[in-house]
Amino acid sequence: MIELISALMPATVAAHAPALLVAVPMVMAPFAAILPNGRLAWLCTIFATGFSLLMAIVLLTQVRSIEGGAVVSYAMGGWEPPAGIEFRIDALNSIVLLLVSGIGFLAAIFGWPSIKAEILNAKIAMFFSAYLMCFCGLLGVAATGDAFNLFVFLEISSIATYVLVALGYGRDRRALPAAANYVLMGTIGASFFVIGVGFLYAATGTLNIAELAERLKDVADSRVVLAGYAFIFVGLGLKAAMFPLHQWLPNAYAYSPNFVTMFLAATATKVAIYALIRFLFTVFGTDFAFEDTSLVWVLMPMGIAAMVACSFQAVFQTDVKRTLAYSSVAQVGYILLGISVGTAAGVSAGMLHLVNHGIIKGALFMAVAGMVLVYKGTSLNDFRGLGQAAPWTMTAFAIAGLSLIGVPLTAGFQSKYALVSALLDQGWWWAAMILVFTSVLAVIYIGRILEAVFFRAPTNPNKRHKEAPLIMLVPLWIMALASIWIGLDATFLKSLTNDAAISLFGQGAL
Amino acid sequence: MLEFVLERGNYWAVIGLMMIGLYIVFASTNLLKRLVGLATFQTSILLFYVSLSRINGGTAPILYGKDYYAEAKDDHGAALDASADAMLTAGDVGYVKSLEDFEHIYSNPLPHVLMLTAIVVGVATLAVGLAITVRIREAYGTVEADEIRAMDLEVAISEAVDELEEREAAKGSGSA
Amino acid sequence: MSETFAIVAALVLPLLIFVGIYLAGRLPNVREAVTLIGAGLLFLVVLQLVGMVGAGERPELVLWSALPGLTFAFKVEPLGALFAVVASGLWIVNSFYSIGYMRGNRERNQTRFYMCFAIAIFGAMGVAMAGNLFTLFVFYEILTLSTYPLVAHKGDEAAQRGARIYLLTLLGTSIGFLLVAIIWTASVAGSLDFVPGGLLAGVEDLSPVIASTLLVLFAFGVGKAALMPFHFWLPNAMVAPTPVSALLHAVAVVKAGVFTILKVAIYIFGEDLLNETASREFILAIACFTIIVSSLIALTKDNLKARLAYSTVSQLAYITCGAMLADAAGFMGGALQISAHAVGKITLFMCAGAIYVATGATNISQMRGLGRKMPLVFTAFFIASLSIIGIPPLAGDWPKYELMQGAADAGLDYVPIVLIFSSLLNIAYLLPIPILALMPPPGGPAPVAFKRPGGAPMLTVAAPCVTALLCFLLFFAIGPLSAFLEPATGVRPVEELMAGGPP
Repeated sequence: MIELISALMPATVAAHAPALLVAVPMVMAPFAAILPNGRLAWLCTIFATGFSLLMAIVLLTQVRSIEGGAVVSYAMGGWEPPAGIEFRIDALNSIVLLLVSGIGFLAAIFGWPSIKAEILNAKIAMFFSAYLMCFCGLLGVAATGDAFNLFVFLEISSIATYVLVALGYGRDRRALPAAANYVLMGTIGASFFVIGVGFLYAATGTLNIAELAERLKDVADSRVVLAGYAFIFVGLGLKAAMFPLHQWLPNAYAYSPNFVTMFLAATATKVAIYALIRFLFTVFGTDFAFEDTSLVWVLMPMGIAAMVACSFQAVFQTDVKRTLAYSSVAQVGYILLGISVGTAAGVSAGMLHLVNHGIIKGALFMAVAGMVLVYKGTSLNDFRGLGQAAPWTMTAFAIAGLSLIGVPLTAGFQSKYALVSALLDQGWWWAAMILVFTSVLAVIYIGRILEAVFFRAPTNPNKRHKEAPLIMLVPLWIMALASIWIGLDATFLKSLTNDAAISLFGQGAL
Repeated sequence: MLEFVLERGNYWAVIGLMMIGLYIVFASTNLLKRLVGLATFQTSILLFYVSLSRINGGTAPILYGKDYYAEAKDDHGAALDASADAMLTAGDVGYVKSLEDFEHIYSNPLPHVLMLTAIVVGVATLAVGLAITVRIREAYGTVEADEIRAMDLEVAISEAVDELEEREAAKGSGSA
Repeated sequence: MSETFAIVAALVLPLLIFVGIYLAGRLPNVREAVTLIGAGLLFLVVLQLVGMVGAGERPELVLWSALPGLTFAFKVEPLGALFAVVASGLWIVNSFYSIGYMRGNRERNQTRFYMCFAIAIFGAMGVAMAGNLFTLFVFYEILTLSTYPLVAHKGDEAAQRGARIYLLTLLGTSIGFLLVAIIWTASVAGSLDFVPGGLLAGVEDLSPVIASTLLVLFAFGVGKAALMPFHFWLPNAMVAPTPVSALLHAVAVVKAGVFTILKVAIYIFGEDLLNETASREFILAIACFTIIVSSLIALTKDNLKARLAYSTVSQLAYITCGAMLADAAGFMGGALQISAHAVGKITLFMCAGAIYVATGATNISQMRGLGRKMPLVFTAFFIASLSIIGIPPLAGDWPKYELMQGAADAGLDYVPIVLIFSSLLNIAYLLPIPILALMPPPGGPAPVAFKRPGGAPMLTVAAPCVTALLCFLLFFAIGPLSAFLEPATGVRPVEELMAGGPP
């Protein structure tokens, strides 16, 4: 199917896929803003995100055309790298591109009823414009091969995100302070990142990521590089909601419009983690990043702390969205733990969990959005008895929830299996123990929700029997079934993440 | 020692500005002041980049005098482009030779260009931040973060109390 | 019937029944017919499989790989065939019983009840036929999740609390310990297949510390085996309707747990490696401790189902104990206990349910003299009690015999003492119930009245009678049964064979 789509692509489009991937949503964004009504803007958004998805699929086939993964390099505007800006797609970021564009597309289809209900009519077109900017920024971060360009895209997506989060004030005014807080933290994070890039530039005189990696080898022991390394690590850590830099996340997720929560949870932190992986492994290299600076002893404890602390916090929340938000931070911890192993198997497992968690959290928040649309309210009490009132929506929710726990036959199981294997290979049995312990915590916090949904009488006994609209159900079920499909047969996805790890560590690392 | 400090005066200035900015962001409770701190912080980054690009005795990176004419004489757009490329990647060994052919010394233009982008990004962030602050003022009637937090807490507590009462009531009716 | 088809049929039939029940949800009679016919067909299929295994074949089915090394594969061997036949056979009896019980009690959500039951049987079949640890784990979890709605069936506060404890304990132990053990095994051995003679035994330079740790993780990870201190879910699960307690918490779920332990002992560790593993004795001691202590707790319970639950905990530990004895007789005793305890305990539970349907009585103290009004039920109860205690000519005799033999072979003197003491405790907590009911001391208060006219529904009385009869028959079927199991458990060395072995 994937091959078929790319075979049908005209050659010119295929050749310019990296640029079109980002440019189309970027051009469509202002266009959507000036459209006369929201529905047109919505269609425009679907078109743009769908086009990006196609491009991502084309890129994936181009990358996979060679065993172990080719590198697609695209010189932006015909300016050859290293002087010009390069878009560089390899096995690692092609997965991220596919994840972001796929979820972006599904979210766009899914979002209409929810957005129409939560956003003022006059602002819907603007809303979609901001969404497209955010989407294009995230894709840009993943696609670019230039360090400063990465910062620019990071800020494009972030600024659009601030706007999207703040738009939640129609439902709950607490969205505004949350957004303000997010602006401060996000900007500090991005600024730290750009300071770090400045240091690297001072040390090497280049901004191209591939060139940086080459030249840093000669100056690795200089203080300038070390300082840059620290700044970049903290900056991207803030964006990725790495514990303890995650304080902005729960509020931002809890109060933003449900559609936005869903999209951000599935993609935003993932892209930041991708950037982190890119810098740690490609730019600085495993030896420098892990051995010379003993990063293991920073990344691993932080990952574990996130898993434990945030899982506990999730257990004690009374609001479904907050529970899931804290769970997101905990899941970021899992991914970081996988990365911190510093082996190809660990990174492959981390990437697998990154994709799986994107799908799982997307599905969970989609179901929440659907239910909020019909029944209002996100507290645990509001969710009581929804299992009878909306069985289809809630069954999908349950599937995704079980997947989050890591029950066999679901995606979560595959990635946890891969993570634990990677940890045990390294001899970190205690980390593996903590990982499964926090999975048990996930049983508790997901179990609480599922119990309320399926086994409690509704607070309001006259609750109508009403599902989320079909247009929301279909993407939701696509995600839920995707998680089951990965649970049944993860060989395809695993081959992608293995290729990604090989592209970082070189052939034979796995 | 003193020389060491003074030679790097620009960096000290940058660091000082950065710390001031960060301090304002974290210490102040007024959202507007926080944004001011954020802007200060970002400005320090601009300064940092620009001072990175400065070369002793260098001038603004605009070709003039013989350099300009030498380029223009070729009369080919391609040659101009090539020299522009050369400037862009001043650090690259392959181009340094041709740089030395210039009569004048120029500062590295690339960080300047980067900072133009960064300024735009900073302005946009500030605008969004201010817009959100305006909305906060409309919704809460204040821009003091601690007051906002207190108000939110009050709402949350009253909600929790309501819920508790509701549950009690439900229990009471259930047993009756 | 080809091998592959039989395995597929055994897996697909419960799912078809599940769908059928859903479709026929509005028509109770059709729905029950679907259950009964399906259960009958399933039993026939399983009998086919048993025939193949008895003839020395090992039916195999490899589906696909979820990840390299994680393959869905099925392979039927004697132990699994035994478990499958026990679960599917008793499902038929239990289905008749459920119909009587659920209708007699006018329970709500009966369709959901039967649907979850079918899925639970699906899980049990998968566990029984799993060809590697991964497949086993998957179906083990299906079994856990599908029984959660059954435990919470009543939907009131107590049922939810019980169900929550049930789910958390089982999921917690299985993810927290069992999964780690499985992944660890995979990373040590490079495979998860069940290998006769032991998967880990084939691993060179396996450190004894890791082997010990793995054994402990397996033993406690299989929460369904109800080894102390992870036994408390079982008494809590007694909030479920009695058919659930009868089939799942006396047969399918708990037996899936101890079956996993036996499988791990025989096919993952193997007799020789298990003997060299230091933590084996620790687990054995825990099992013995569980046997005694839960029997003592059972003595203190007045609620009949709670007493039976603690009795189950104790009887399950027999099987763990047998597995940890790590010799042929021990394995054999454990395997026999799976079938013997299943028929015995399901009878007891079904009797308890019949009493509840008829009178609403749940406490033993209320049952004084009730035997006069319900003679069949209490006779069945009496027979099953004797079987659990281990009195010939009833099925429960053989496992105890084999276990003691195994303990003697292994040179562990304290185990027979524990077993004998436990039998005495069994007498103390089981026998008073039927005796007081059938032969109450004169002058006591009149027995509780029936709450529904005509007493217990016919089906709820007939079902325990049938299983009580099975206790008898099983005693005499020991010869073919042990011959059937011997390929899995191994044969005791002939020179040690003393007079009086199994015929």
